[in-house]
Amino acid sequence: MAENMIELRGLGKTFKTSSGSVTALEDINLSIGEGEIFGIIGLSGAGKSTLVRCINYLEIPTSGSVIFQGKNLGTLSDQELREARREMGMIFQQFNLLAQRNVLRNVTFPLELSGVSKTEAKERAIELLRMVGLEDRIKAYPAQLSGGQKQRVAIARALATRPKVLLCDEATSALDPNTTKQILELLKRINRELGVTVIVITHEMAVIEAICDRVAIIDQSHIAEEGPVSQIFSEPKTRIGKQLILGDAGKNVEFGERKVRLVFDGNVSQEPVIANLVLACKTPVNIVFANMKEIDGKSFGQMVIELPADETERSRALHFLAANQIKYEEVR
Amino acid sequence: MDSQMVSMMWEGVLETLYMTLWSTGLAYVIGIPLGVILVVTEEGGIRPIKPLHDILGFFVNIFRSIPFIILLFLMLPLTLILVGTQIGSIAIIPPLTASAAPYVARMVESSLKEVDAGVIEAAKSMGASTWQIIYKVLLPEAKPSLLVGAAIVMTTILGYTAMAGMCGGGGLGAIAANYGYYRWQADVMIVATILLVVIVQIIQELWMRGAKASDKRIR
Repeated sequence: MAENMIELRGLGKTFKTSSGSVTALEDINLSIGEGEIFGIIGLSGAGKSTLVRCINYLEIPTSGSVIFQGKNLGTLSDQELREARREMGMIFQQFNLLAQRNVLRNVTFPLELSGVSKTEAKERAIELLRMVGLEDRIKAYPAQLSGGQKQRVAIARALATRPKVLLCDEATSALDPNTTKQILELLKRINRELGVTVIVITHEMAVIEAICDRVAIIDQSHIAEEGPVSQIFSEPKTRIGKQLILGDAGKNVEFGERKVRLVFDGNVSQEPVIANLVLACKTPVNIVFANMKEIDGKSFGQMVIELPADETERSRALHFLAANQIKYEEVR
Repeated sequence: MDSQMVSMMWEGVLETLYMTLWSTGLAYVIGIPLGVILVVTEEGGIRPIKPLHDILGFFVNIFRSIPFIILLFLMLPLTLILVGTQIGSIAIIPPLTASAAPYVARMVESSLKEVDAGVIEAAKSMGASTWQIIYKVLLPEAKPSLLVGAAIVMTTILGYTAMAGMCGGGGLGAIAANYGYYRWQADVMIVATILLVVIVQIIQELWMRGAKASDKRIR
């Protein structure tokens, strides 16, 4: 990872409404390196959409600064800001294609804005549409495309001006799981082949796990924690982190004193850990939740179990886990 | 009905279309920029300028609330300056335009407001300037809705041309009033009225088809 592409320093955003002011972001500090895929995850209302709009100054922060390639966006003139934005592509949950323009003219649109000649723009657009696999639909209008195809057009459009950064605001949230997977693979390919820094905003941990190198968890206008995805996954420090990692299926898991989350990485998943635990400790455990994930090509398993009420039995079970080098943490 | 009557009716059709098309065209020349300014400068718009928006909105409302027949008389001195006469079909074009322009401004405003805010945001994220957003996003994306509005405006203006008789103008409305009302020739009035209805139907039908064909949102 080379130098920082984007730095957020003490970023804050407060909205003034008729019923007083609302703080959307407070004291956000993040560094996003060149060429990485950085995830920002949070529940709805956490402030992540505002955060991504502050990165390209669609929302002007009320405090702090955004440093993009060494330039403080807050000090730029309108013209310089528009030029900076051309180096940051953006895609959206609702695709936001121009409904009255066909696929080709949607992709040439940003090139038209920056004054590129028509023939050059067309060549570049066709090249991009080929990359996203839509070269045979260039005459189609957005209404004739599926959600996944629309997002591909949006990606091609966002890349037209050869940006250094691609901002993805819930880019897969309106798509089905299969299409989501394809779009995420495309984003990963763009990152690898074109070296574009990708910033992914989402409320789904699965998206982060699928493509991100690092992740920041945003909760109630603050960064709760950040780090490499595999590290956050195996050792989340905050309650919100634990919640997000268990995901939608784990929503019904009630956190409590006796609940423990175990994390298995590929190496220990051969052992019948729970069976051994029950046999060795002579105490029953209740499996509350379990699933498998793949992060960075490694498979991880996670399980939430409920330990017995008796304190000695409980500490015996925890000892067993520690002795067998199973990562665990209490979830509460 | 003799041939003289037929040629008079034909004359009436042409004069009606002449007044309608000129007034509609000129009303749009004035109304589109006004509508664009109303949308762009409103609170939360692309370039909010509240005082300008409020003042413009105020004048649009004032002009919209003056009854056309009064505006026709009030504007007579100005009409003389603009078209060199106060009588005839041409003399109704300035007051018709002045009466329709604020109406057009509101129609344009509501059409432009239908444009998806997300698309405007996307254009901004690509570094579009205010001017580029107006003529590359707002107006083209609102085109089908603008065309539907134009059909409504045109048929409304056509109705108002019937008052051209008040300033010595021609057209089907004047024929209907002069022959039917002042000379008790009900048959002339009925024919002129039917012709007016037919013209409105044709404009409406053709225009709406055009609007629909231009809308790429339909598969």
